[in-house]
Amino acid sequence: MVVDPLSDERLDRAFLALADPVRRRIVARLSRGPATVNELAEPFQITKQAVSKHIQVLEQAGLVTRSRDAQRRPVHLDAATLEALTAWIDRYRLIHEQSFRALDAVLASLPTSDPTTPTGDTQQDLDQQTRDVEAGP
Amino acid sequence: MSNPVTIDAPEGVPFIDITREFDAPVAAVFQAHAQPDLVRQWMGPRDLAMDVKEWDFTSGGSWRYVHTAPDGEAYEFNGVFHVVRENEFAIQTFEFGGYPDVVAIESIAFEELDGGRSRVRIHSTYPTLEARDGMVASGMDQGLTQGYERLDALVA
Repeated sequence: MVVDPLSDERLDRAFLALADPVRRRIVARLSRGPATVNELAEPFQITKQAVSKHIQVLEQAGLVTRSRDAQRRPVHLDAATLEALTAWIDRYRLIHEQSFRALDAVLASLPTSDPTTPTGDTQQDLDQQTRDVEAGP
Repeated sequence: MSNPVTIDAPEGVPFIDITREFDAPVAAVFQAHAQPDLVRQWMGPRDLAMDVKEWDFTSGGSWRYVHTAPDGEAYEFNGVFHVVRENEFAIQTFEFGGYPDVVAIESIAFEELDGGRSRVRIHSTYPTLEARDGMVASGMDQGLTQGYERLDALVA
């Protein structure tokens, strides 16, 4: 088993791809089975061309693949990429983030710890979100 | 309201590096590692109960704790503190009961920062790449479940 099969660059692409509601709905539809572009375009009030572009983004992010099935070329979800995102980012990181946040609370409750809040929290939060999501431009 | 945690598991070498800053002096962070009644309040997954059986955070001391999941499943971890220098540095061994005899060596550097802040750097060395990857993958079912719940919410 590989811990981190996704490079930062691939993670960036995967998270950016999932940052769009249409693409999330496409991924949700594909989690129930492969579908053609026409089938995927059906629920949306947008052109088939626009849906194709969304699929291209998902494809470049490694989240979906298209088989060479003659004309139909159905789109498949690449479960391994999604699994890698959750397995590495969520599973291991979550444990440590939880622990360290709990440690923050313990430290805040200690009489010896400095009760003053350092300035710059907002920027730190923004930095953290950027790093957590890896969705910077 | 939280400092970012940096976790690096580089390709091809059996290491894990974890770095985190704290809005508290290094002495407080050291105490939160040294005192078992504080340790049990923060270490490990949130929804696992932590029972600290032994925790002697001194050079040559040993440690052992059991994490128990809500379903009753218990995960035992143990090791020894090879060296502990107050407010500065520690090296410990780390063994998960589910993978006996596969022992990681973990160094923890406690660093003082300006403004009463501090930084902890953890460097874990596993005997093999497989052991490292197995450790990351095992005993983390809670996280996996939560991860999939978050994924469910994401794609809903």
